[in-house]
Amino acid sequence: MSAPLKQFQDDFILALYGAGDAIPQLASLSGQPGFAIYRNTVIKGCIDTLAANFPTVQRLVGEQWFRSAALVYVRTTPPSAVSMMEYGEDFPQFLAQFPPAAELPYLAGVARLDRFWIEAHIAADDTRLDAAVLGALAPQVLAQTVLRPRASTYWQWFAQYPAYTIWSVNRAQTEMPGDLAWVAEGALLTRRDGVVCWQPLDFPACVLLDACAAGLTLENAASQAAAAAPAQDIAQTLALLLTAGAFSAT
Amino acid sequence: MDNRLGAGLGLKPQHYDEALACSAGGLWFEVHPENYMVAGGPRLAWLETIRQRHPLALHGVSLSLAADVAPDEAHLRKLAQLVRRFQPTLVSEHLAWSAWNGNYYPDLLPVPRSGEALLRIAANIARTQDALGCRIAIENPTHYLHMDQHAWSEVDFLTELTRRTGCGLLTDVNNIFISAHNLQFDAAAYIDSLPAAAIMEIHLAGYSEDADIGAALLIDSHDAPVAPAVWDLYRRLVERIGARPTLIERDDHLPDFSVLLAERGQAQDILDLQGASHERAA
Repeated sequence: MSAPLKQFQDDFILALYGAGDAIPQLASLSGQPGFAIYRNTVIKGCIDTLAANFPTVQRLVGEQWFRSAALVYVRTTPPSAVSMMEYGEDFPQFLAQFPPAAELPYLAGVARLDRFWIEAHIAADDTRLDAAVLGALAPQVLAQTVLRPRASTYWQWFAQYPAYTIWSVNRAQTEMPGDLAWVAEGALLTRRDGVVCWQPLDFPACVLLDACAAGLTLENAASQAAAAAPAQDIAQTLALLLTAGAFSAT
Repeated sequence: MDNRLGAGLGLKPQHYDEALACSAGGLWFEVHPENYMVAGGPRLAWLETIRQRHPLALHGVSLSLAADVAPDEAHLRKLAQLVRRFQPTLVSEHLAWSAWNGNYYPDLLPVPRSGEALLRIAANIARTQDALGCRIAIENPTHYLHMDQHAWSEVDFLTELTRRTGCGLLTDVNNIFISAHNLQFDAAAYIDSLPAAAIMEIHLAGYSEDADIGAALLIDSHDAPVAPAVWDLYRRLVERIGARPTLIERDDHLPDFSVLLAERGQAQDILDLQGASHERAA
């Protein structure tokens, strides 16, 4: 008698991840040379996907280190979505806690930016807000307006290391400047005309985007940004974000 | 035969511009819908442009029809959206499973061809066809394992699925060749016993030898030209059943577009010859 289908599938997955010898019903399959093809395809497929999804991380650490780290992640974290671009959603957090990466504290931030690139690439289509539309509003109306970041707009402030510079230099496959300043940095990614674009972002701009995303009026969002950097002209910060196409027209 | 669909190619982003511009007779393209299950962005825009110039087929790899569970409703909704948007000429999936207990395992895993599996898979195909509003074709998988759990032969199992659900078949000749080699059965006899009327599409691809044990175990690697023995089986099939839309799959060691186009031309020549002989017979 063959085992019911559900049991077969439970057992097959266990065997795929190395527990095959403990499952007598499946030993006749997992002992065959052909079983390794399924194992290799699944594990190698997941590692190849991580390499494709996190190219900058791989460039920084080298292929061998990357694939070793990816194997540890892959063995405990099968994909949950069939769209493999989504695989590795929590790979940045994994790297942040991965002991061999302890000497590379910026690696998780770089992974986060690789992840942002994918999110921006596949985000829903929307229209960027034109600065002229805001310019035409009466001051009272403008103050009460809520600006919404576009679906493809991603940003983050890295308080402890220059993750943006390290990421952007390696993403563009250029050489790291010899005099890299070890300072905090922010990053902004957004899609313009189908192409993911990126630029550095200062702290008040990150605060302004956070506040807008939280649904605050422009007046309140600008106050929060001003509080973060009293010397800064927040109108210029807003202009920079509008030029970058960070906000949605709808 | 549908005059618009002759020999097609799997569509690769690297070949986008050449694929878009190509005007070879009978050419069509196939993509994995999973790569387009995204909210927006350039991928969908890119496929939209291709679709305006060429017929398109959606070849799913992850619906997991042979899992002992109904197809994922969110997956079906996304697939149905793509079917509505891109109006594919053919939609296909595999006699295999790849999703289980909320996880996805990126491979086409084998299923024992039992009576229980037949009922489950027939129900899953019927649910899929209802959700998509179209007939789908089911592809025969590549086999690497001897399984004594099988109660049905593969051809009988596939034929019974077509009878129960009205689905069609996607006959992958390379998969048959590899499976026959790995499991030591007669590929030509398998080819000769397929139900001709149910075959909606044919796949051709290259294979490689297993890195550890060599030629004793062949792998469906899609990383090489179609082998001569596979071409022979293809000719044998087409001579019996007539011309069918035929796709060259190539996913690794990708050559220039012109090389793939030439290989696809070989299939088109066989289809044209067969079409002509059928016309004479008629």
